[in-house]
Parts: sequence; C-alpha cells; structure tokens
Amino acid sequence: MRALARPAQYLALACYLLFLGFPLLWLISASVKSSGELNSLTVSLVPEQWHWQNYPEALERQGLIRSAGNSLVVALASTALVILIALPASYVLARLKGKVRAAGIGWILVSQVFPVVLIILPLFLILRTLGLTDSLPGLTLVHTTYTLPFALWMLQGYVAAIPVELEEAGAMDGASRLRVLRAIVFPLLAPGVVATAMFSFVASWNEFFFALVLLQSPENYTLPITLNMFIGGEGKVALGPLAAGAVLAAIPSIVFFTLLRRRLTGGLMAGAVKG
Amino acid sequence: MATPLVRARRREAVALVLPSLIPILVLSVAPLVVGVALAFTDARLVRNPDYGFTGLGNFGALVGNELFWDSLRIGLIWTVGVTVLQLAASMGLALLLNSGLRLQGLTRVLALVPWAMPPVVVAIMWQMIYSANGGPLNAVLGSVGLPGDTNWLGDFATALPAVIIVGVWVGMPQTTVTLLAGLQQIPAELHEAAAVDGASAWRRFTAVTWPSLRPIVTSITSLNFIWNFNSFSLVYVLTAGGPGGKTMVPVLFVYLEAFKNREIGQAAAMGVVLVVLIVLILAVYLRAQFRDDRAERGR
Repeated sequence: MRALARPAQYLALACYLLFLGFPLLWLISASVKSSGELNSLTVSLVPEQWHWQNYPEALERQGLIRSAGNSLVVALASTALVILIALPASYVLARLKGKVRAAGIGWILVSQVFPVVLIILPLFLILRTLGLTDSLPGLTLVHTTYTLPFALWMLQGYVAAIPVELEEAGAMDGASRLRVLRAIVFPLLAPGVVATAMFSFVASWNEFFFALVLLQSPENYTLPITLNMFIGGEGKVALGPLAAGAVLAAIPSIVFFTLLRRRLTGGLMAGAVKG
Repeated sequence: MATPLVRARRREAVALVLPSLIPILVLSVAPLVVGVALAFTDARLVRNPDYGFTGLGNFGALVGNELFWDSLRIGLIWTVGVTVLQLAASMGLALLLNSGLRLQGLTRVLALVPWAMPPVVVAIMWQMIYSANGGPLNAVLGSVGLPGDTNWLGDFATALPAVIIVGVWVGMPQTTVTLLAGLQQIPAELHEAAAVDGASAWRRFTAVTWPSLRPIVTSITSLNFIWNFNSFSLVYVLTAGGPGGKTMVPVLFVYLEAFKNREIGQAAAMGVVLVVLIVLILAVYLRAQFRDDRAERGR
C-alpha cells in the first residue's frame, strides 16, 4: 500500500511545483528573451539567445527608476513611522492584562478585514481636504495606517515572549523604567523589530490600490503603478523590458519574505490556529 | 483603588498608545463612519458644496442597476470559486508536505513566493502565461492536440475561470502554511490507531484529520472569503473587469463608480451593501459550522 502510494505522492508534488513555480520561471525566461523570440511562434522556456539588454532597457524606460525611487522613499518612510508608532503601543498591549488586551487584539484582527471599498472614498476626501492626494507624504500616511495593525500584532507577540520577570529583576536592582527598556527589553526585541520592519517595507513596496487612487501625476507614481501603465499605455508593449522590470520589482519582496519565512508564518499561524 | 502609582502607570500607558490610536482613528475609523454617512448623500467627486442628504435614494437606485447585480453575481462566483479551490488545493499540498516526502524545503519556499510578489507583477506574469500569441499554456495544449489559440483573458467564457486560477495561485501559500500547522498538531497516535484498525487513507482523513482541522478550516475559510471578496489589484491589472464586464467584481465596480463616474454617494451605498452582504454570508456560514460542532459534541 505505502510502496504504491509514494510514486503517486511525488507525482502530485511535481504538479504542485509546476503550478507554483512555472509562472515565475516563465517570467524570468521572458525577461532574457529578445523581442524577436518573444513574438515568434516557437515557445520554449530556455531562450535561444540570452538577451540581457532587457534589464538596462527596462531601467532606461521613462519613469521606472524614478518610480522605484518613489516606492523606496514611501516604503522606508512608512516603515520608520510604523516601527516608531507601534513599538510603544505594542509594549503596552503585550503587558496589559484581561479585557483591554483582548479588545486590542480583537480590533487588530478585525481591522485586517476592513472593507477597503468603503474606507477609500472618505479617505480620499479627507486627504484632499488636507492637500495630501497626489503626494508621497499622503501615500506614506495611508500605508502607515494600513500596516500598523499587523505590525502591532507581530510586535506585541515578540514583547509577550520576553519574561516580565527580567524587567522586574531590573527594577529591583534600582534601574529606572527607561533604563529597563533600553538595557533589557530593546535588545531582546531587536529581531522582532527587524522582522516587523521588513514586513512593513514589503507591504508598502507591493501596495497598488491606494497608490492608484491617490496618485495622479506620473512623477509621483510608485513602481506598481508605473508597471501597470506600461501594460496598458504604450500601445504595443515591449514584453522583454516589461518582464525585466517586473522581475526587478519583485526582487526585494521575495528576498525579504524568504528571510522572514519562519517568523511570518509562525506569527500568522498563531493567529489563525487560535482564532 | 487608584493609588498614585497606578495612576502614573495608566498615564504612561495612554501616552504610549496614543501615537497608534490617532492615525488609526483619523485614517481608518473615521473614514468608515463617514463612508456609511456618504451613502445617504448625493456627494460627487467634483467639488459640489451643496450636496445633501438623499435618504435611501442611492439604495433605491441600486435595485434597478442591472450592472451592479451582475457584478454581485460575478463577485460571488469569484469569491466562492477562489476560496473553495484554495482550500482544496492547499489541503492537498499540506497533506503532501506533512507526509515526509523529499523536496519539502524547495516546495515550501516556492509556495511562499506568490505571497510575497507585488500583485501587479503577478498579473503581468499570468498575462504572459495566458497570452493567445506564444503563451506557454496554449503551446502545451496545442502540442497535445487540443485547441491552442484560446485568448484566455479576452474570451467571454474563459476570462473569469482564468482569473480565478490566478487568485488560487496567489492565496495558496498562506492557506497551506496554516493547514500544515494544524496538521502538525494532530497527535500521530490517532492516525496509527486508525491504521491499526484497518482504516483506509480516505477513511483516516475523514475520521481523524478533517475533524481535528475543523476549527482551523473554519477560520481560514472565513478570512480567505473576506480577503478574496475585497481583493482588487489582481483583477484590475489582469482584465480591468473585461471582456465585456465578465470579470467585473463588485470592488472594481465601486472603484469605477467613484473615480470614473465620480458618483461618491452612489459608490458609498454600493460599499455599504457589499459590507452588509459579506457580514450576512459569514454569519450564516459560522452559524452552520457552530451548529455542526455542537451536534458533533452531542453525539
């Protein structure tokens, strides 16, 4: 029975690998094919000739570097804000007891499923009143707010993992609260902060909907918006450079997520399994 | 009760939480409230200072809006389709990964990639896969003698299924990882006992695995349902609702109503209807699950 089952299992696993991995392989392959080969009728995964020019060509395209710069600025700024704001709050949330903590955690989970359609309209009007539509600071604020709940959730988990007894021991020795935080809590929290920061960065770097609604001038576009414009806008699309641009846009997220794999899935699982 | 020390601590706590509370209140709680209020007005995106209260007018207009009904129907097919297929495919993968095969590490990394990628990149990638000219999907179908010239995303009949497959691809990692965590919590003895009793693999799944996973399946299904219902970027970049509105999911419809037709009030009313709908569906689903659980325990 088992001997018979194994080959079938490997066959199934191979199908999954193909389904999950092939699209990515195809994108990478398209990014190193010449336009002649991309438009020909013969279809193969390995390019006849490796055409590396798509990458410099993608970078030379109007706006790609500038929008990558915009994405970088927004992602870094919102990450810094998220950490700065979430760190103190997550400390309180983790050290609270009973109903307040439950309510806080409950709200964080509910906010993960907030109906964005309903929020985006007044949000747009509010930001317009403040003169913050079509501006990178406005987008940064929005990204910060929408990453905050999950960042709080992650960080409070890391704080909760630090034994209170350590802090109490520090206090007994006569250290002030600030000193306890600086000498005991922050060093132990550093890996969690790094993981949360990476998550915030990726969330902002990938984000499309808010950027689409809020940004109007091409000089403010983030990378996802510019890539989307390349599909629709420029008449006949140059597939090779488009694929190259897409690969470049995906690299930071994939690198960070691979590094974060264990932490992220751990945190999410804790939420889902207990929820 | 409130000694000076406790009061000081409470003030400290408030000061630490405030920086989080303010942006959340201003940029997500307030908009939610305003959003509901807008549904009862004739606000437009162009600045019209004299817009006003219109009662249930926007909702009345929705009843006769066939395109909105169409988008609700499409949205339900999309959401249920993606959620169910996600669960089925992820369950298969999680069971495989839990059964001690080789290549687990590779599969796990690969399974997480779709999750990390920007939705726009995912959409670009799948447009290439589905392409009618020189797309690999058509090439493979053609090589085994099937019609190899389908315009997957451009054909009325295939567009929605094609988009659903991409949705499944994107959502699988998280579901798989969660189910895998659940599987690993099931004591091996349960399976061994069932195997000793001569239970088949299928019987062991239905009698041991599935009941143990029930709470996780319920929560992941609810979450996936909401996420899929609310997902915008993927469909927007893949098809923008086309061809001929065949993939016009409700979220996209609301977006167009607000930012192309500039009818903010009308769009807000649609948003309210969507939220009510999703809450109702979830309530019915969770109630049914709850009842089943109780029936199970009663036995």
